[in-house]
Amino acid sequence: MGLQAIFFYLFAFIAVASAFMVISAKNPVHSVLFLILVFFNSAGLFLLTGAEFLAMILLVVYIGAVAVLFLFVVMMLDIDFAELRSGVLQYAPVGILIGLIVAAELIVVIGGSVLTPDAARSITMPIPNPTVRTNTAALGDVLYTNYVYFFQIAGLVLLVAMIGAIVLTLRHRTNIKRQDISKQVARTPATAVEVVKVKPGQGV
Amino acid sequence: MDSFFSIYVWPGLIMVAQSLLLLVCLLVFIAYILLADRKIWAAVQLRRGPNVVGPFGLFQSFADLLKFVFKEPIIPAGANKGVFLLAPLVSVTLALATWAVIPLNENWVIANINVGILYVFAISSLEVYGIIMSGWASNSKYPFLGALRSAAQMVSYEVSIGFVIVTVLLCVGSLNLTDIVYAQKDGLGTMVGLPNSFLDWHWLSLFPMFVIFFISGLAETNRPPFDLPEAESELVAGYMVEYSSAPYMMLMLGEYAAILLICSLTTILFLGGWLPPLDIAVLNWVPGIIWFVLKGSFVFFLFAMVKAFVPRYRYDQLMRLGWKVFLPLSLAMVIIAAFVLKLAGWA
Repeated sequence: MGLQAIFFYLFAFIAVASAFMVISAKNPVHSVLFLILVFFNSAGLFLLTGAEFLAMILLVVYIGAVAVLFLFVVMMLDIDFAELRSGVLQYAPVGILIGLIVAAELIVVIGGSVLTPDAARSITMPIPNPTVRTNTAALGDVLYTNYVYFFQIAGLVLLVAMIGAIVLTLRHRTNIKRQDISKQVARTPATAVEVVKVKPGQGV
Repeated sequence: MDSFFSIYVWPGLIMVAQSLLLLVCLLVFIAYILLADRKIWAAVQLRRGPNVVGPFGLFQSFADLLKFVFKEPIIPAGANKGVFLLAPLVSVTLALATWAVIPLNENWVIANINVGILYVFAISSLEVYGIIMSGWASNSKYPFLGALRSAAQMVSYEVSIGFVIVTVLLCVGSLNLTDIVYAQKDGLGTMVGLPNSFLDWHWLSLFPMFVIFFISGLAETNRPPFDLPEAESELVAGYMVEYSSAPYMMLMLGEYAAILLICSLTTILFLGGWLPPLDIAVLNWVPGIIWFVLKGSFVFFLFAMVKAFVPRYRYDQLMRLGWKVFLPLSLAMVIIAAFVLKLAGWA
């Protein structure tokens, strides 16, 4: 138990410290890199609770895909740091308000589980024994049976978002040269080569 | 105090010793893989390749190592120093960290975890950060272009690699790498009356996925013909332009460790890991590690041959291959495999 506690505090401390660095770092690219560190340590916390599947999915989806795109966008931006710094105080009330809301929600959740420890168990599925059923299989059981419609709808939402992004950026430009692989493959000597008899002194 | 020692310290020491042993073997193997790469490339082009240091140039990589270490590391004035030095560290650490779950033989694995293949997939999807960070921190045109190219390329090919892995997992029913190897003990070969043979392995029953995985592996590790992030004829050396001496060596080391990882992953997923190719007593006596190394080296030989034969892809062709050819093909194979397994009752 002692080792687990040490790792918990290690991961938690680094996660909170780098979360602070995300908002206080001067350079936005450094902010994204600290955000990645936060994700990484959260994955470590998931591992400690035994949710190995969620930890790995967090790594693959958030760090491997989402944060790459963040970094991509932030690197390309031409940002004036001084201008970025100047407006901080202006947005402080909104930030404090959001912070208060999150804090209140956290207090409700933690307070609820302290007052009635069995409340969470009554609304969730029974947790299978981890030595018998791995949590990958257990998650699959729940997702593809009880919640299959929600799962499919979530997929549809993502599909709609993807189509929206493609529609917004797609423009058909004329008079540019594109490579058409099927056309190239279908070419034969008969259609591609023309044999011309050139008379001397006249040219083609 | 005694129980503290037996619970934490002793197992911890054993794990450290195992990791160090694996690390040393891996680094020596990488040195010779590098040499083999250059030798094979040279042989295809009718050259001799490195042949001066040691017999047949066998110590060339170690000479290179000394040269890298003793050179002066140069950090460009406009570079973002911290990130510039962190990038090679990230790339080499991630590339080596993945090896913790690779089973080299029966029970020869440092961490035999339930979600082994997901761990490998997750950590190798982080390798792109080494490249992006080095490209950005160099604060120069060519490295940045190389970083942008590699980010798009690696994210694209991860998608098809993911679907290939899903197909294999459907056939196996476990995310554990050791289980994946065991599952290849019976398959097509057993059905045609040649049990425990090379026909049982997944390369035959999932042949299209084997090809897709191999080619996507080339793209994922920035190997030719997909080495656009470091295309020397366009970008000089891409994201590595500004690096010199030890940091450059670490970038190279990370790259080759990732290549070796893809080779051993191909071995585990499709070539039956440490299993012998035929159920004959003589072959069964050979230790599993030998079979594993032989198969991994064979896959690397294919990688090296591809480097020597195939001209570099154009960037739009690379994207077309990833998104318009491999993605639909692998997605269709996932569905077909799932249907076949369900209808035949093998799942």
